[in-house]
Amino acid sequence: MTESPESTSQHAHPTAGAYLAVAGVLTVITLVEVGIFYVPAFQAILAPVLIILSATKFALVVMFYMHLRHDHPLFTGVFVLPLAIALAVVVALLLLFGVFG
Amino acid sequence: MTQAVAAHHTSTGLDNKKLAFWLFIGSECLLFGSLIATYLVYEGRSISGPTTHEILNIPVTSISTFDLLMSSLAMVLALAAVTRGDKLWSRVWLATTAGLGVVFLGFQAYEFVTFVHEGLTLQVNLFGSTFFTLTGFHGGHVLVGVIWLLTLFVRSLQGKLGPDKALNVEIAGLYWHFVDVVWIVIFTVVYLIQTSA
Repeated sequence: MTESPESTSQHAHPTAGAYLAVAGVLTVITLVEVGIFYVPAFQAILAPVLIILSATKFALVVMFYMHLRHDHPLFTGVFVLPLAIALAVVVALLLLFGVFG
Repeated sequence: MTQAVAAHHTSTGLDNKKLAFWLFIGSECLLFGSLIATYLVYEGRSISGPTTHEILNIPVTSISTFDLLMSSLAMVLALAAVTRGDKLWSRVWLATTAGLGVVFLGFQAYEFVTFVHEGLTLQVNLFGSTFFTLTGFHGGHVLVGVIWLLTLFVRSLQGKLGPDKALNVEIAGLYWHFVDVVWIVIFTVVYLIQTSA
């Protein structure tokens, strides 16, 4: 039976080796996050560094484990749009309540 | 028969179940975005009771975070095993994923019980209300995920989880990974940044 090239399941999933490599990177980033949390020298820049590291972990899981990197772009769209709205809601509420001030 | 063949024809060429599930995950982004925003807005505004600095246990939560990350690895390996029709490893990885989820819930139960003993409850202050609501909602999602995974495990034992059902496992995996990425954000925003501030 012929498979449609547009079928959702036609995207090539990463190999087990790629999954393990991603898990390794996620582990290292988590160790770095916890490590710099305890280093006083990092306190001044801790929040932006942690947010960047966290965003990297988030992106790795979404791209490789949730397969968005290899999947149809429509799936990325229906995920990224609400995610952007959620981020906007968070920032708007923080601004409204003067958390940054 | 492959999962692609099993998928019915749609105008987009995409499986309706998977598209609907991504839309559901999008709505979940809004739910957790609101819960995280509420936590951040009220953080530091408690006038009584324990606060973030006094009560959060970073080493314990770091271990539970690692546990959840590894459960995501087990989940993708389970999907790979189901896709190639490997029954033994499908069961091993599904059980491992569910088991790691149960371990995470155990850590959360330990944390909640400890906090209550230290005087932090849902009603005692704004930190307690927003913290338990946020992490409780997340824990509830993990519990649903564990039940879902165990259901798939039982279906596998019954011989009803072949490669033709891989899409069902992929959708369960999407849910599980989403629960993982939400925790990635909670761990950073609620535990690491707020405790250091």
